[in-house]
Amino acid sequence: MNLYEYQGKALFRKFGVPTPEGYVVFKPEEIKEVNRDVVIKAQVLTGGRGKSGGVKFASNVEEARKKAEEILAMEIKGHKVHAVLVEEKLKIEKEYYLSILIDRSTRAPLIMASPDGGVEIESVPDDRIFKFSVNPEIGVQPFVGRILSKKMGFTGDLAKQFTAILINLYRMFREMDAELVEINPLVLSEGKLIAADSKVVIDSDSLYRHKDLEENAEEKTPLELEANKAGYAFVELDGNIGVIANGAGLTMATLDTLLLYGLKPRNFLDLGGTDSVDITKNAFTYVLKAKPEAILVNIFGGVTKCDTVAQGIIAAKDEFKIDMPIVVRLSGIHEEEGRKMLADAGIHAFADMRHAIEKLKNVMEGGQ
Amino acid sequence: MSVIIDKDTRIIVQGITGHQGSFHSGEMIKFGAKVVAGVTPGKGGQKVHDVPVYDTVEEAMVHEPEATMITVPARFVRDAAFEAMYSGIRVVYILTEKVPLHDALDIVSYARSHGHIVIGPNGPGITVPGQTKMGIMPNHIFKKGTVAVASRSGTLTYEIVNALTQSEYGESVVIGLGGDRITGLNFVDVLELFEKDPDTEAIVLVGEIGGTAEEEAAEYIKKNVSKPVVAYIAGRSAPPGKRMGHAGAIITRGRGTAESKIKAFNEADVPVAEFPWEIPQALKKVYK
Repeated sequence: MNLYEYQGKALFRKFGVPTPEGYVVFKPEEIKEVNRDVVIKAQVLTGGRGKSGGVKFASNVEEARKKAEEILAMEIKGHKVHAVLVEEKLKIEKEYYLSILIDRSTRAPLIMASPDGGVEIESVPDDRIFKFSVNPEIGVQPFVGRILSKKMGFTGDLAKQFTAILINLYRMFREMDAELVEINPLVLSEGKLIAADSKVVIDSDSLYRHKDLEENAEEKTPLELEANKAGYAFVELDGNIGVIANGAGLTMATLDTLLLYGLKPRNFLDLGGTDSVDITKNAFTYVLKAKPEAILVNIFGGVTKCDTVAQGIIAAKDEFKIDMPIVVRLSGIHEEEGRKMLADAGIHAFADMRHAIEKLKNVMEGGQ
Repeated sequence: MSVIIDKDTRIIVQGITGHQGSFHSGEMIKFGAKVVAGVTPGKGGQKVHDVPVYDTVEEAMVHEPEATMITVPARFVRDAAFEAMYSGIRVVYILTEKVPLHDALDIVSYARSHGHIVIGPNGPGITVPGQTKMGIMPNHIFKKGTVAVASRSGTLTYEIVNALTQSEYGESVVIGLGGDRITGLNFVDVLELFEKDPDTEAIVLVGEIGGTAEEEAAEYIKKNVSKPVVAYIAGRSAPPGKRMGHAGAIITRGRGTAESKIKAFNEADVPVAEFPWEIPQALKKVYK
């Protein structure tokens, strides 16, 4: 789950990572007092808001409310702005970069630091990014701060500040179950290192340990959220073939195969390892809401009972009055019974994926 | 010893009294696996498929198990895995999905520095046809043979194993690495085992979008693998930034695309099948 900047910064403060003074508002009139130069920043879960006009400056209450009102009316890259962060404007002497993420290939946390902050890290040359792979059994000890400070050019008090930030950020990364904590830029302002922005991603599978975090709508469509809540892995795509399959890998392979056959999938839906009539039937609800022109069901049931899956498909066809073509691939336990039940209900059923997709192609091209 | 486990490996099941644990223990026993004990706290003294159940792994150690299958709910996986490793169990297979990322990180890094092998989380396990099985792969799809399969997914693995079995090939070992971001075994780890395994003559890798495990495998193959390798990659059609079911199947910041993986395999002279059912034909090109 991605956190908004203001949520990330609240965590920074809780864990002892310095941030500018500021507060979040959802309405312009919530801005009470402005007695110095402030920056007003759109709170959206996407990058590039500065270029889109989502960051403005003000020096008194009236001006701040006016700018906040403008930003709150904006939509940035399809994201409606619901909140703005009102913060003291920092005198910026230099911008750095600091992040911690999970490195999948080493299976360890990776610290990345660069003296070239304030730009996307992808655009920074490799020799300007200093990396440190953390052994989780050792954690981040002060020596890690000394090593990186030296490379970053921090000495004396700045090296001490940087080391403290690094240790605290790592503690937050671990205790908050983060996938990513990123400070870009980490600014030097009047002798202090301050986190001027935050990007924090919390592992969704550990949210049960962080009940105090309010849940954010991620970059998901309303239909995706609805289907996910019902327990289906679901992604909307832009084609016209509704897809229901079992297992993430097989579902992806089904979409790929459709494309290679010149057919365009409307969605990804992984039924999971189920042989429940209701779970199968209800999956159709979300596929139908995506308004496809035909539906492909691809089930390789290892231990899944195919007659149960067939019952679910037939129940969906009857209950939701589906009159578009449905093509089913069904293999596993009781597969013959399952396919016979489907055939009796007027649904095309096949034992293997290839023939099912060839049939679907034929149907879409106007065949029977 | 074949790869990781063989017909003599004594296995316990943590969570054996649950729905998954009980059903799959039964299937494993039918396949020939030596399931010697089960562990469920509070259920000690019961029996499941005639297998004695204990409250703790420590008590189950009287059966000298070398491997465990963990089927407990996600929030208890960390505890169960450390209990097993602390008791001295060498191979820890985690079936459970949605294990918190940092729990997987702790389990896997402890295992790697203390000589344990972790399979999973969120994978179908390991099957050695004709010998043993630890996990949830369907018994009827296997045929003893000479092709080793490693995969990041479940059902897609069955699809491909089934295609192999229906062709002239069979399998020496099939390992599901797991669909999560952090897994105990990556492709490179199993390639090393397959290269050394006398029962394996050819290798099938089933990858998917997300991460760089396939690219690393391709590099490794160029330098270290003499046996023929073919591959399949799922997710050519996946849009960036969307999690395709598996926690690990996501293209982030332009990295982890199917194109990049296919290109890496092609550069390592590893044929990549376009369709899952074409794996046997792809094998024919490089094997026999």
